[in-house]
Amino acid sequence: MVSTAPALRKRRPPEPPAPTRRRRSLRPALVGWSFILPNFLGFALLTLVPMVFGLALSFMEWSPWGDPEWVGFENFERMLRNSTFWIALWNTTYYAAGHIPLTMAVSLGLALLLNRTLAGLGFFRTAFFLPYVTSLVAVAVVWNMLFNPASGPVNQFLQFVGVSDPPGWTSSTAWAMPAVIVASVWRDMGYYMVLFLAGLQTIPTELYEAARVDGANAWQRFRNVTLPGLRPTTFFVLIMCTVASFKVFDLIVVMTDGGPGRATKVLSQLIYEEGIREGRFGLASAISLVLFLLVAGFTVVQFLLQRRRED
Amino acid sequence: MGVRKVALSVLLVALCLLVLVPFVWMISSSLKHDNQVFTVPTQWVPREFVWSNYADIWTQIPMLAYLRNSAFLAVTISFLQVLTGSFAAYGFSKLRFPGRDWLFLAYLATIAVPWQAYMIPQYLIMEQVGLVDTHLSIILLQAFGAFGVFLMRQYYQSIPDELIEAARIDGLSEYRIWWRIMVPLSRPAIASLGLLTFVSTWNDYMGPFIYLTSNELWTVQLGLRSFVGQYDAAYAMIMTGSVISVLPVVLVFLLGQRQFIQGIATSGLKG
Repeated sequence: MVSTAPALRKRRPPEPPAPTRRRRSLRPALVGWSFILPNFLGFALLTLVPMVFGLALSFMEWSPWGDPEWVGFENFERMLRNSTFWIALWNTTYYAAGHIPLTMAVSLGLALLLNRTLAGLGFFRTAFFLPYVTSLVAVAVVWNMLFNPASGPVNQFLQFVGVSDPPGWTSSTAWAMPAVIVASVWRDMGYYMVLFLAGLQTIPTELYEAARVDGANAWQRFRNVTLPGLRPTTFFVLIMCTVASFKVFDLIVVMTDGGPGRATKVLSQLIYEEGIREGRFGLASAISLVLFLLVAGFTVVQFLLQRRRED
Repeated sequence: MGVRKVALSVLLVALCLLVLVPFVWMISSSLKHDNQVFTVPTQWVPREFVWSNYADIWTQIPMLAYLRNSAFLAVTISFLQVLTGSFAAYGFSKLRFPGRDWLFLAYLATIAVPWQAYMIPQYLIMEQVGLVDTHLSIILLQAFGAFGVFLMRQYYQSIPDELIEAARIDGLSEYRIWWRIMVPLSRPAIASLGLLTFVSTWNDYMGPFIYLTSNELWTVQLGLRSFVGQYDAAYAMIMTGSVISVLPVVLVFLLGQRQFIQGIATSGLKG
């Protein structure tokens, strides 16, 4: 505020003569555009154009060695015949089906625990949030060691509580994905916890008071006050979490590199391998389109469900 | 009441310890010899502190160069993102002109599109203009994100229009209003966006992984990953590298914690 004071005090002479009608209608548009342009140029060239270009590319045959050629649905046919595509699609869905509900449940639980006045609250919040600022490379490397089948602390703990034959985690095809999901939930829960905490603050305390007066117990208060009050936040978290889990890449590449075998290969990894490593730009773009449609479809369904619940 | 509070505190402390286990493992292993990392039972406090790991890592891999590259990219990208984002946000929130809302919708719609869905055509464009394997490619890729515009606009919406009106009557141009009024008033939002961008670019793996092939351009994340691939049994040194790669962001986060968390909370509130 202080810095604005001199500017406000410096009164200018009376208004300049009114501009002509034509200039008046053009000027605000030019000024407005000039503000947006620096960001928009980068955004358009590197986001909007590639998006449209990618759509066209999925109907083309294009490799680093040949000229682009229109091939209709050939890339999609090739994609459907590719067994790795189906495995990656299944793995991506598996990861999302584990990651989304677990992350949401854990982060909501933490937010509910922290949504009160308590000594050391700031410390707990920081501790729960800390994994989120840790790079996925470090997260993957550390969890790989924690999950070490022979002598990692996770299996030592499992043996200690009486599991005689603990899983092989990242070295077993059945347990590699659960291991990745555990690491990802640990990393992301703090982020969504902050979103849930912000949502919880918007619920008026009077509602809780009223529910208490009506004799509602803790569970009833949660069902009938907290959950409805959190609905916009839950919706936002669900969408963010969905987008994030369908594009999972870093964690899997470093933790398992899609293995063992193809047990944790996901779609974004396949897009990278086919497109950038093998130079099959058309095929990779077709897979990209599937990934996009998955996310968009899920978002639209959630949006419709959310709207119907509000009516 | 008192009993419940104590029970809650105990629960929170227990959860906290559980959540911090990977960090404890990281730090404790970084101070061991390789053959002491996996022992039964796990030694959470090293029997002998091997501080030399922290001296040796700089000669094992070009860690200093990696850190410099990461810092350069993260600082440049954060600066550009804040600058262009807040500039555009002023246009979107305080100016009226044809096509504005339509354009903003385009920004919003792309936030939900995963990067993987358009990274191939983006790569082809970068290749055409000869930017693959340069730092500039990463900067261009990340400095103009829709998220920054969205976050800054959220904050600008909360600044009353009357203030802008008054400045206009005083004869300030829109550019000066942005510089002299909006920028100083939105310092918390600028800090939030700057911190969020810094941390996400420092931690990014996929972007540099695809674009940067020359070792001398690598970021800490790429360097660490390649180290793990080369010496997969150098457990202690790998953890030393991890600690060093995580330390700068943790420090940045702890210093700017309030703005950081505020920024995330703001982005989640409907505007």
